[in-house]
Amino acid sequence: MTATTVRPASTQRPAQHRRRANRRPGSLRRMRQATPLTYFALLLTLVLSVFPLWWMFVIATRTTTAASQFPPALLPGPNFGANIVRLFENPSANFTTGLLNSLIASTTVAVSVVFFCSLAGFALAKLNFKGRTVATVAVVVTMAVPVQIGLVPLLILMEWFGWRGELQSVIVPFMVSGFGVFMMRQYVTQTIPDELIEAARIDGCSTFRIYWSIVLPALRPAMVVLGLLTFMQTWNEFIWALAVLSPSNPTVQFSIQQLNESAYARDFALMFTGATFATLPLLIIFVVLGRQLVGRIMEGAIKA
Amino acid sequence: MTSLQHGAPPSRPPGRVDGGARTQDRDPRRQARARRRLMWSRLDVRASPYAFIAPFFLLFGVFGLFPLLYTVWVSLHDWSLIGGNEGWAGLDNYARLVTDPVFWNALYNTMGIFVLAVVPQLLLALLLADTLNRRIRFANLFRMTMILPYITSIAALAIVFSTLFGGEQFGLINQLLAAVGLEPIAWHGDRYAAWTAIAVMIDWRWTGYNALIYLAAMQSIPKDVYEAADLDGASRMRQFWQITIPLLRPTIVFTVIISTIGQMQLFTEPAIFDNSAGYGGGTQGQFQTVMMLVFEEVFTYQNYGYAAAVSWVLFLLVVVLGLINTWITSRIRGAE
Repeated sequence: MTATTVRPASTQRPAQHRRRANRRPGSLRRMRQATPLTYFALLLTLVLSVFPLWWMFVIATRTTTAASQFPPALLPGPNFGANIVRLFENPSANFTTGLLNSLIASTTVAVSVVFFCSLAGFALAKLNFKGRTVATVAVVVTMAVPVQIGLVPLLILMEWFGWRGELQSVIVPFMVSGFGVFMMRQYVTQTIPDELIEAARIDGCSTFRIYWSIVLPALRPAMVVLGLLTFMQTWNEFIWALAVLSPSNPTVQFSIQQLNESAYARDFALMFTGATFATLPLLIIFVVLGRQLVGRIMEGAIKA
Repeated sequence: MTSLQHGAPPSRPPGRVDGGARTQDRDPRRQARARRRLMWSRLDVRASPYAFIAPFFLLFGVFGLFPLLYTVWVSLHDWSLIGGNEGWAGLDNYARLVTDPVFWNALYNTMGIFVLAVVPQLLLALLLADTLNRRIRFANLFRMTMILPYITSIAALAIVFSTLFGGEQFGLINQLLAAVGLEPIAWHGDRYAAWTAIAVMIDWRWTGYNALIYLAAMQSIPKDVYEAADLDGASRMRQFWQITIPLLRPTIVFTVIISTIGQMQLFTEPAIFDNSAGYGGGTQGQFQTVMMLVFEEVFTYQNYGYAAAVSWVLFLLVVVLGLINTWITSRIRGAE
């Protein structure tokens, strides 16, 4: 747990810092061979992971009766277009608004988290100031605070601000994240040598200039990951949106919940079409970033 | 988004160059300008760090810490949506809570679902990590499979799973049971069946994620430990239980803590599983969690004061469980 975080000598090029023990090419570690049972277990996991998603899409392309069909429908049907039209025309879901709101909120929050967290992470990693250690510990502590539990006062706060039901209520409270600060701090520590910052200072760079011209470019890979993770999280956020927004101005997750509740006879095809849309951007991010994400989760675990 | 390549930082020219700019100057105007610049840069060095960390602490203070602490204040008052603060109530809300069967029921459900979800989840994750920790083809594909559920929309998948666990004749799972000659299960009506269905949703999402965390920890175990065990003739099974698991204990405790914090606040899965309006958690409250009770008090009864009291007790519970976990960790560390 601790051994893997030892920093290599500072003379090495930064890129090498990121290569971790578990990625060592041609590792000397003699790994066990896979048996047929290994592949069976992994394939089973794959099928179980994919099935609910695939089935969601299949029902979205069919009629509601297909959801209660046995054996289950496994191939897409012809109704996707019709279901999409019905979804966007549904009066209780306000799906267009929900989709737009989610796009705006997720993008804004992602950009803001990346900016503020890289700024704070840089300060905690490289700048000398009184209280640096305390601040760093405080950031780590905030990660463990279950802020969701402050839901009731946060609602009261939103009423004071007059933000209840407004889109900013699902944006502003999420504009920073302790996890983000911590991740950025780690990354700055690992990639940017102190000498580089000293040199820039001697050349007359202001602190913000150092951040903007030296730190940000070097942080780009970590920023992409943090940005997309934050986008995913905000897109996925449900509890707070449900508490603070109204059905007439929902996010996409809230909107599909309306479909789940409003229908007297539940219209599965419609619900699943909504669910498909609510999942689609996440799947796109997954395709783009899946491998990176795996690496991050595994690296994070080693550092924790 | 454009480039995942790591941009190499601009390199300095060889040799020290920092002395070059320090040519002495006797012109007083230039000296004054230089002094101003020096003051500026002193201020910059002094104040910038605080300016850089301020947004985080400010926003966290207003929207994270303040609400959490203010929960205590609200919980000591009669507080409603329309009337706002309706006066001091002392510990009335807490007194009600202690004798409120609805609260105890919600707590029972939350703990029950927690245990039912987390124990199989972490065991499965360990086994999966061990399965992945081999020389396999398509290793990246299988690793990505592990986190596919983790990145999907919770609300969307809760809708899908609620349908899979649908009532008597409609749900796919009941039809599967019927196909193998078993009785259908009242997934929504029966308490423990509902817990199981909700636990399955949670595990579907989190098992692979935890497996990756364990895999990373397994790969950082030095190989000579296993070689020594091989020489001693220990079987694979024995190595897994007597080397891998003990060395993984800190990681396991870490995942338990994370799961505890998350699961105590469980809301989305059971709220959507409950496909009637409101947050009752089934006709008899058979799967109403504590967070759902908070919602019910806020939105159905507009009783903010009591909702805050329930929230605060939940917070204390999370803290206590976290401390217990940490205490166990330090004991493990001490024992090593």
